[in-house]
Amino acid sequence: MKAAVLLFPGSNREGDVARALRLVSGQEPKVVWHADTELPQGTDLVVLPGGFSYGDYLRCGAIAARANIMDAVRAHAARGGMVLGICNGFQILCEAGLLPGVLVRNAKLRFVCREVFLRVERADTAFTKSYRKGDLLRIPVAHGEGNYTADPATIQVLEGEGRVAFRYARADGHIDETDGPNGAINGIAGIYSEKLNVLGMMPHPENHVDPVVGTVDGRGLFESIVGALKAA
Amino acid sequence: MDRTDLNVIPNTPSITPELVAEHGLKPDEYQRFVELIGREPTITELGIVSAMWNEHCSYKSSKVWLRTLPTKGERVIQGPGENAGVVDIGDGQAVVFKMESHNHPSFIEPYQGAGTGVGGILRDVFTMGARPVAALNALRFGDPHHPRTRRLLAGVVAGIGGYGNSFGVPTVGGSVGFHERYNGNILVNAMAVGLAKTDEIFYAAAAGVGRSIVYLGSKTGRDGIHGATMASAEFGADAEEKRPTVQVGDPFAEKLLLEACLEIMQAGCVVAIQDMGAAGLTCSAVEMGAKGDLGVELDLNAVPCRETGMSAYEMMLSESQERMLMVIADGKEEQAEAIFRKWGLDFAVIGKTTDTLRFVVKHNGEVMADLPIKELGDEAPEYYRPFTETAPRPVLGPSDVTHAVSVADALEQLIASPDLCSKRWVWEQYDHLILGNTVQRPGGDAAVVRVGEGPKALAMTSDVTPRYCEADPFEGGKQAVAEAWRNLTAVGATPIAVTDNLNFGNPEKPEIMGQVVGCVKGIGAACEALDFPVVSGNVSLYNETNGQGILPTPTIGGVGLIDDLEQSMSLAFKAAGEAIFVVGKTEGWLGSSAYLSTVCDREDGAPPPVDLVAEKRNGDFVRALIKDGFVTAAHDISDGGLLVAIAEMAMAGRIGASVDGVPAGLPAHAFWFGEDQARYVVTIPGGQYAEMIRRAEAAGVPVTKLGKTGGDKLTFGAERPVSVDALRDRHESWLPIYMGAN
Repeated sequence: MKAAVLLFPGSNREGDVARALRLVSGQEPKVVWHADTELPQGTDLVVLPGGFSYGDYLRCGAIAARANIMDAVRAHAARGGMVLGICNGFQILCEAGLLPGVLVRNAKLRFVCREVFLRVERADTAFTKSYRKGDLLRIPVAHGEGNYTADPATIQVLEGEGRVAFRYARADGHIDETDGPNGAINGIAGIYSEKLNVLGMMPHPENHVDPVVGTVDGRGLFESIVGALKAA
Repeated sequence: MDRTDLNVIPNTPSITPELVAEHGLKPDEYQRFVELIGREPTITELGIVSAMWNEHCSYKSSKVWLRTLPTKGERVIQGPGENAGVVDIGDGQAVVFKMESHNHPSFIEPYQGAGTGVGGILRDVFTMGARPVAALNALRFGDPHHPRTRRLLAGVVAGIGGYGNSFGVPTVGGSVGFHERYNGNILVNAMAVGLAKTDEIFYAAAAGVGRSIVYLGSKTGRDGIHGATMASAEFGADAEEKRPTVQVGDPFAEKLLLEACLEIMQAGCVVAIQDMGAAGLTCSAVEMGAKGDLGVELDLNAVPCRETGMSAYEMMLSESQERMLMVIADGKEEQAEAIFRKWGLDFAVIGKTTDTLRFVVKHNGEVMADLPIKELGDEAPEYYRPFTETAPRPVLGPSDVTHAVSVADALEQLIASPDLCSKRWVWEQYDHLILGNTVQRPGGDAAVVRVGEGPKALAMTSDVTPRYCEADPFEGGKQAVAEAWRNLTAVGATPIAVTDNLNFGNPEKPEIMGQVVGCVKGIGAACEALDFPVVSGNVSLYNETNGQGILPTPTIGGVGLIDDLEQSMSLAFKAAGEAIFVVGKTEGWLGSSAYLSTVCDREDGAPPPVDLVAEKRNGDFVRALIKDGFVTAAHDISDGGLLVAIAEMAMAGRIGASVDGVPAGLPAHAFWFGEDQARYVVTIPGGQYAEMIRRAEAAGVPVTKLGKTGGDKLTFGAERPVSVDALRDRHESWLPIYMGAN
């Protein structure tokens, strides 16, 4: 696996996701500076990590979406290459037009850092093959603007095409928007692109890969990616 | 330069007594300054000296007492006097930490005040060459019924989160308390902890004549002018008007500054570094020169400014955030500049070191200030202020306190009280998981953060019981240290050092100065006895509004070391059927207890005395039990006493317990809610406690079996049993309901 982790000046979870990739794949990902214009030769996975890319004082990810490196990311995605955006990375992917919709301020208008239950909506994508459909993952969120929304037509398309990757759930698997951490429509925590090669999600699977600091429910996501890239 | 040149400095309005007073200088202090420089100062010079000699920067009222604190130890690399303390944790690694207050700004503008407090302390840590790995805080607000409390709490918490979350440091612990004495003067104490290599620590002392002094980071604006002076005065009814003296934070800029600073340190470009905190450019430049026995010459035309037309006076006193001053190694200017430009930060050579021992400030080609640099720092006034010791309060016997409610009712009341309720609403607004090393999250005795890939870990906590300090400053000071030490012990850590943040009222009042003296003596005694040196700290005085002082609040930030995090311990009950023991002697001390204030609405009586010999013995015993794998849960006993501690363990593990053991002659409420010190609750699986009892007897540690874990209720003697889930609901709901959240 050749992974590239993008580094915007205000990224701050790049080390966390690099560590998770290293733990699962045994390989060190390349770190790519936002002002660069090209991805390393042979990159097969691009990760946009969490953080506050350019301070995010206005709209999260809006400036990062226009960074030099993003053209290369768009080209990579267009070729069918895998792209994973976590938290701020998800916000950037939406702003960059690689995923539909937008992440607005949490319904309760406060930053929230806590464990949530995520329901795996399908287990047949390159990101989720190590899980089973309906699995409940205990994974943390840490964001102020994770309230996913889009116009009704877009939501209909996402739901109709099975492009919702994860939903916030209760401990019993039931989905209830009002129980979620941020008020996201239909409890949406992560979505895929049309070809299922781009995944954006608000929760942090990279923070739950090591039993010392929490559950290991996030590992499956990275194991799925490694497996998919090996098979390819 | 020629002395006579000074006579033509144009920034010389005649210095009137009013102008001197506006700068927070007493007439005798001004006189001393005039004598020191042998002439009337310029307005810029008056500004500079007011910044250097205020309480906040000079510690003039507290210095004589701070010197009495134990600051040395085998592990101590750097004690107080630098940006932060540095302690060796083995393997070539050091932990770098400090705590600092941002009380006054946070009262005026809670979001920015608290946020820049976090920013300032993070900067102190990375200025030393350390990467911040954790943040903590200690917050005190007024009476929950006071109309401002809710807004202040919401703003402060959002501000701390807003800064730390964006900067990218996990906020892993802290405390939140309420008392009407903070109605007009809240406390925001922020602590940062970083990691560095022992041979790559950076200091403020400049070295080498003729080297470039470089300004790095954000541009200078008019914000925060006289912030340090504000922090050295009492509030009146006009506190709101001081809003413009509060700085505005930019955590994104701070993150860039962190990365750029660590990168140029790695590249070997840095000779000396000092962050621009209180009193900005003035304080940082003077400290660099004075500590290095060098003069400093600055050319203010080179300072990157955010606003046009800034005067020398404004530039020297601005407290704009996210700025650093450095002395760059010879020939490294270009490399350093390239790194800063890469991060999009300002980089400007604004002066040089000299051999004159003078602090010279030029602007538009004219000398605006020319002062002796050593004297600005070293000759600051130092006061041995008169003090009166706090009169001792009578000791309350267990039977002096009538028990109006049942033990079960009192427990329910205590765990849902503002001080003892769950602070989840607060810490869920802090990213406490970023960096992926948070082994124990907020809500336990101490946070545990893994060092790198382990197996080492750091434990950290912040503690103080202000009502004890009010009742008896000496015992209260001891107790704050002992509780921090206990909290670290309860997670299995060896306590290694502390930082202190001393918050008091106006030291010019002898009774307040008596609190300062008593608390510092108590802290010193406890640190000495527990081998727990003070390595950094901060003093915040004049915490008064309209003449009403806060409760004396010397916050202690403790750091401990865990050799192998597999051996760390948490407070949650782990399984049913385990034996519950209390370690330490229970005598039912109710004076100044949480029971007394919450249940009986009284705040009288002497606080529990702290027997430091017993503290050490009992703590060392518990730590060894943890290390040797005897116990499955451990918790220190503090506010609310034994039953509250057991309830906290039950709620955390969602496992009930059945306990008893009230000795004959002791009222039940005194046994369950007394706050005797040097105590822990531990659980031991199965019947494996014979060896533990043998060890306890050998060590002279009192241990008493109280019962066992199991079920979904807490049952204590013949009292009404309480459901753990119901208790947990009460414990969790007070704060969200108070804050109007759902």
